[in-house]
Amino acid sequence: MTTPVLSLNNLKAGYGQTEILHDLSMHVMPNEIVAIIGPNGAGKSTAMKSVLGLLNIREGSVELNGEAITDTPAQKVIEKGISYVPQTNNVFVNLSVQENLEMGAWTRPHGVEDRLAEMYDLFPDLSEKRGQAAGSLSGGQRQMVAMAKALMVDAKILLLDEPTAGLSPKYRGEIFSTIQKIKETGVPILIVEQNAKQALGVSDRGYVLVDGANRHEGTGAGLAADPEIARMFLGGGH
Amino acid sequence: MWDAFGFEFVNFYFIPGLVLGCIYALGAIGITLTFGILRFANFAHGEIMMSGAYLTWTIMAILGAAGLALHPLVALIPASVLVIVLFLATDRFFYKPFRKADTIKVVMASFGMMLIIRSAVQVIWGPNQITFVPGIAKPNPTLQALTGDIGMMILMPNKHIWIFAGTIVLVVALGYLLNRTRIGKAMRAVSDSPDLAHVTGINVDMVIRATWIVGGICATAAGVFLVMDTQMLETTMGFRMLLPMFAAAILGGIGKPYGAVFGGLVIGLAEELSAYPWIGDAPLLSPGYKTGVAFAIMVIMLIVRPQGLFKGRSF
Repeated sequence: MTTPVLSLNNLKAGYGQTEILHDLSMHVMPNEIVAIIGPNGAGKSTAMKSVLGLLNIREGSVELNGEAITDTPAQKVIEKGISYVPQTNNVFVNLSVQENLEMGAWTRPHGVEDRLAEMYDLFPDLSEKRGQAAGSLSGGQRQMVAMAKALMVDAKILLLDEPTAGLSPKYRGEIFSTIQKIKETGVPILIVEQNAKQALGVSDRGYVLVDGANRHEGTGAGLAADPEIARMFLGGGH
Repeated sequence: MWDAFGFEFVNFYFIPGLVLGCIYALGAIGITLTFGILRFANFAHGEIMMSGAYLTWTIMAILGAAGLALHPLVALIPASVLVIVLFLATDRFFYKPFRKADTIKVVMASFGMMLIIRSAVQVIWGPNQITFVPGIAKPNPTLQALTGDIGMMILMPNKHIWIFAGTIVLVVALGYLLNRTRIGKAMRAVSDSPDLAHVTGINVDMVIRATWIVGGICATAAGVFLVMDTQMLETTMGFRMLLPMFAAAILGGIGKPYGAVFGGLVIGLAEELSAYPWIGDAPLLSPGYKTGVAFAIMVIMLIVRPQGLFKGRSF
């Protein structure tokens, strides 16, 4: 059996004394896009942050390619190849697009020029805006900068926290097709999404999170077709 | 025109204003960087200037006694190294435990640090003023002759020329650091968003050390320039500079080093020009109220435009 790139095993975790994740298990296999969907407050973003070592893990473990990284500080986790794009404030607004990408490469300072060229290939819109302050870009373009910045390291896995939140439908579609392009470059992706239908549409598998534990799991298409899930999150049946 | 107005204005108000502005500017750079990156108002910043100046003159005195006369700008280099070592140690043992604490605790801690440093300097060097290079600094004769020939005589002593030159070199070097180097860009990134810098994998501790180093060099230079200008050392000089330096940092926008430079020049000029006899023959504002000018500018900025002229952070 192949080792998962990332696995969360029976995680109990939270901030300070508050426990948010009660019993969470999930994994991402090589070349997979995996979506985490669920209602507000289910702990979707928290699940992601637990990987980054940003909260207290009481029980359970996080593993990257079979190696335990539970409670490793963020900087070390990123050095190991986990790239994370937060939901908001995910670009340095006062830095130019190119400087943002350079900062993304902080933990891998060698060969920055080559990777910059790759990123401008993957995100052609950014190429002409490389000298502009990231804060002057539109929401969709900022999201592109944030993803490109995260890919500047040789990411073993990319974590995206609600990449389409607050974006227009046009940009949403663009982000999802970019996510598929990133997968084709060989980087597996774990994505937290509010737009459950679209997210499941591009995902190989998905997890439904309710109250800090996984309630359902299945293939992207299977979950999208499940009537119970449709009633709960996909906007039907009310 | 020049005789009636320009000569007096330029030589006795404008140039001294620029000199003072340079000193404020260099001090305010450290304040604005500390505020932007470490997120607290460092009340001990004036004492960095003061202790840097004392160390510079001690190095000059020791080497002078050994027969090696150093220019203050040369002695400044080993003195900044000592200041940096001192302040990296302070950060490690004094400020670092406060890193996750409320801002107000760090601010109070820096206030304590201010008293500790000043008292230490008073214990070591004594509380009295120390005069260096007594006498009046004569204007640079070459500059006087050259500008005199074209009918715009400028009286500028060498010490002022050194201060201008030193400030320009430091500000250009700072610009290069912040815009062209990896660590400088990371400093701007941390100033922009410490949380994002953290999850980007930027070594924030390294950026904090760099901030102390850059702030320490600029503060030492500001302290030395102030002593070159006033020709005396005293233990309260840093504290007296604190208010105008904060005013300069706020005027330029917190977290904006170039704003701090601009703010410093504006505050320095405003203080000196406020004593010019703009109306009638008497000074517009009695020179005794000079420091009030910086305070007034700071209060007005905080009310009208708290983010400063260059859109810094507002609290």
